[in-house]
Amino acid sequence: MSINFSLKIYGIFVYQNFAPIVVFIVLLIALLGVPFILQSLLSPKQNKGGQKLDTYECGEVPEGNAWIKFNIRFYIIALIFIIFDVEVVFLFPWAVVFNELGMLAFVEMMIFIAILLVAFAYVWVKEDLNWVKMSVKYGKGRYANLKGDKEV
Amino acid sequence: MNSIVNQFISAFSASDIPGGYFTLFATIVIISGLAVFGVMAVTALVAVYFERKVSAFMQDRIGPMEVGIFGFKGGKKFWGGIGQTIADALKLLTKEDIIPRLADRKLMMLAPFIIFGGAFITFVGVPFSEGIVISDFNIGLFYIMAASSIGVIGVILAGWSSNNKWSLYGGMRSAAQIISYEIPIALSLILVVIVVGSLRMTDIVVWQADHRWFIFHSPFAFLAFFIYFISAVAETNRTPFDIPEAESELVAGWMTEYSGFRWAVFFLSEYANMLIVSIVASVVFLGGWLSPFQMFDFGLFPESWMLLDGPIWGLFWIVVKAMILIFVMMWFRWTFPRLRVDQLMTVCWKYLIPFALANVILVSIWELIF
Repeated sequence: MSINFSLKIYGIFVYQNFAPIVVFIVLLIALLGVPFILQSLLSPKQNKGGQKLDTYECGEVPEGNAWIKFNIRFYIIALIFIIFDVEVVFLFPWAVVFNELGMLAFVEMMIFIAILLVAFAYVWVKEDLNWVKMSVKYGKGRYANLKGDKEV
Repeated sequence: MNSIVNQFISAFSASDIPGGYFTLFATIVIISGLAVFGVMAVTALVAVYFERKVSAFMQDRIGPMEVGIFGFKGGKKFWGGIGQTIADALKLLTKEDIIPRLADRKLMMLAPFIIFGGAFITFVGVPFSEGIVISDFNIGLFYIMAASSIGVIGVILAGWSSNNKWSLYGGMRSAAQIISYEIPIALSLILVVIVVGSLRMTDIVVWQADHRWFIFHSPFAFLAFFIYFISAVAETNRTPFDIPEAESELVAGWMTEYSGFRWAVFFLSEYANMLIVSIVASVVFLGGWLSPFQMFDFGLFPESWMLLDGPIWGLFWIVVKAMILIFVMMWFRWTFPRLRVDQLMTVCWKYLIPFALANVILVSIWELIF
């Protein structure tokens, strides 16, 4: 019996090895749905609403909204991550054929990594890998004395 | 190509099944999916109990000792309170499902599904033993990495939709941490792909059966195992990398507003992720379902011990290896203090990633020479 045949699900051909993923996604909705229904039957019905539905802020009355503009550091990390993630995606097919191609593959990938390392070095020197940038000149205020510190 | 699905389809293809091929296929996959869910639930139950007991013994306290099953308690002995996690599960199931008034209802209800789904569909490619895998992909390792990183979307959703400051901070930190530590993980796993020349989990273990465990392939592979393991601990948000859910500063991080079964789903996925990273570590670096006696066969052990291989023993060995790694993770939790956020990022970007990248280059040179 041949193994690499594909499976037709709602008019779309799915490779047999990947078809279980589709079934699993359907299954997971069912598997989580049953306990949720069970919970809605078992859980207490009285005393719904009121202050219980307030946002939790350690017992205080919640101040304002949490949907605020957020710190830029996280976005910078996401940007650097994308560069490296794309690199990793390129590395995987290279790694699979590495033993067949040998020296040629090695040299080509070294050039690719070298280009990437320039970007990595740039990010490092610009201190975007640090949580708090020390080399930036901060104006008057909280961070005015920050520049002198070597400790990160 | 001997996955569970293929084996069963080959076995039943001769007989005439009503509904044809599609019914057969769906039945097999659904049964194995239920089995995977069972494995996840049992892992969580056992691991929660185990974690409590391990932490209690490390801190010289007793841990749970009251709740028993079938009239069996154990008291202050190690198996005391053996029914505790079952009682916990029942308690979580009967709790009220609270969604705050100001939260984004739909997204908040969706988040547990995504986080759980990420862990659940990863198990399609996770091998439990020789042939005991739902789909033996030709891109197995890559699939596991890709699928297990879906969870981070759910973490961001949970943190953002709760409309709670603790949740927002926890979700953002968690997302930054998880995506950062994905890179050293991927770079460490590339080593085995360079050497073996295949992403299929079976091929990786077959190579280790022919040669030696991959952790002993070269000094770089040895280092890569530790880089992988440290990053895996960070990836599963465990101490010392549990900044996203640091109890003393962020209450419970992105899980703050969740209660009842929705919260239990997060817990379930966390322990499932621990199991996944441990199984991947044992398959890639520690010989997977191979018995350790073959590896250290210098005439020390009796001949009969060399026969402890095959699918059934393989299941035993892979569970033992994964359990040891999970125990080490629990050990970490009570050994190391929590890192600060800036230390967390420094460890990842300035130490682990450069070392992992150097590992990739050095192992490819090693492969060219030898």
